[in-house]
Amino acid sequence: MFVRHALVLATAAVALTACAGTYDPAANAGAQSTATATASAQAAAPATAPAAGAGLSITDPWVKTTKKGMTAAFGTLVNNGTAPVTIVSGASPLSPMIELHEVVDSGGKMVMRPKEGGFVVPAGGTHELKPGGDHIMLMGVTEQVRPGAKIPFTLQVQGGQPLEFTAVGKDFAGGEEDYQPGHK
Amino acid sequence: MISRRGLIAGGAVTAAGVLGPHRSERQVIRLASTEVTPFHGTHQAGVATPPQAHAVFLGFDLLPRTRKEAIVRLLQLLTDDAARLTQGRPALADTEPELAATPGGLTCTFGFGPGLFAAAGVDSPVAALPAFKTDRLDKRWSGGDLLVQVCADDSVSVAHAVRMIVKDTRSFARVRWTQRGFHSPTRRNLMGQIEGTGNATDLDKAVWIGQGPLRGGTTMVLRRIRMKLETWDAADRVAREFTIGRRLSDGAPLTGAAERDAPDYARKNALGFPVISEFAHIRRAHVADPALRLLRRPYNYDEGLSAEGESDSGLLFACFQADVGKQFVPVQRMLAEGDLLNEWISAIGSAVFAIPPGCAPGGWIGETLLS
Repeated sequence: MFVRHALVLATAAVALTACAGTYDPAANAGAQSTATATASAQAAAPATAPAAGAGLSITDPWVKTTKKGMTAAFGTLVNNGTAPVTIVSGASPLSPMIELHEVVDSGGKMVMRPKEGGFVVPAGGTHELKPGGDHIMLMGVTEQVRPGAKIPFTLQVQGGQPLEFTAVGKDFAGGEEDYQPGHK
Repeated sequence: MISRRGLIAGGAVTAAGVLGPHRSERQVIRLASTEVTPFHGTHQAGVATPPQAHAVFLGFDLLPRTRKEAIVRLLQLLTDDAARLTQGRPALADTEPELAATPGGLTCTFGFGPGLFAAAGVDSPVAALPAFKTDRLDKRWSGGDLLVQVCADDSVSVAHAVRMIVKDTRSFARVRWTQRGFHSPTRRNLMGQIEGTGNATDLDKAVWIGQGPLRGGTTMVLRRIRMKLETWDAADRVAREFTIGRRLSDGAPLTGAAERDAPDYARKNALGFPVISEFAHIRRAHVADPALRLLRRPYNYDEGLSAEGESDSGLLFACFQADVGKQFVPVQRMLAEGDLLNEWISAIGSAVFAIPPGCAPGGWIGETLLS
């Protein structure tokens, strides 16, 4: 019977696809993103600033360019230690006022606000700072951040050594969430 | 409303497609798309690299008052983009990171025009070409301060890399021209001829520069050569082969049996005329000294048709040589003075770039020239 055959055929095709290693966009995408994360963590190692004794580092740090006012910094926090690490505050010569932010849905609109308790990087894990997600927020920036500029940052770690690194300025169109201050 | 029956029938079609003859083809596509060409090294990739299927040449003009400090920042950003994307990793702040996973042998090759050196306050090792009488140059395809040659076997990979590079260049420069090309594994151009026969093979002598700030680098000449395919259509095969000095079927010289046979320029026919004409393309372009040969890396272009069906096609003739004045200019002069092929081709764009050496991890393209 046609319909039944078609179903069986379709199932067989999927099975064969997986076994024979033919191109399967879905499976491939999953494999790639895992590999990519590993590769970028290794490749970016030279740009990583190790935190003394804490096993904390950041890969691919960058900061959105701006003429003045507000901007944000991003990257992937990596904790190679055996205990979770909590980042409680940040500092940079660029801004007198830096907050650790999250982006949340507020009545159907994405807004950013200070993240209570800071960023927690799990033991042996990572915590990504990205546009539309957790980020380091800089306010009152008076000096222009140019593309390719190298901006120093320091993150204070609860009960540990601070993490120092340099983020590179990148032109970026996104990450324009509204600020909703005074969450605390 | 979509019927259940329709959906199932559609599933059957998909199943047949996967099980059918396309399977091995898809495997090949997958292997090609994840291929990686090393980025770091003595030389930039995209010169000695065998030509990939797709290419985009981007010519940029630096914005006014862009000086060395800014140029260095730009080159550091672009080097970082290229180092990541060519290895199948997203660029920093990449908005389409999924598109980086299948680089398809991606290479990004950077070149500096005389204007970049002037802006940086550094003596330029390259200058614009002298005029040739067959030139029909259009400003929109000529010159440029910064070249980025982006090549890959996957056209989406090329488009993604071009977009990332353009986004990171926007604060520093304007796009002067974009030239898109494609390459066939047959090496044939749109006139049907096989390209690249007799290419430079001793690259350490003919291509790579051995000393000075450009050590490990080279120079590139990019000529946009328009083909008049409508009048070429009127030429018969005998005329076409006589024009080039080679057979169309296999690229063998008219005096030989195979493509790689050395042409016998002295041989005469029964009437006492040279078998390979005095004005045949290969005789005019012939360079006896292997150390002076060009490394040609051309791409075809085909920008669509006019309302009358006339083509806008030709060759993006990219070639690399250690010394433009000693290698490219004499050949081009010989061609301009008497190549039979000039009847059907003309250069409508021209640009010259210094191609800096490659860099090590952590370094940037141009550091030996601008540091």
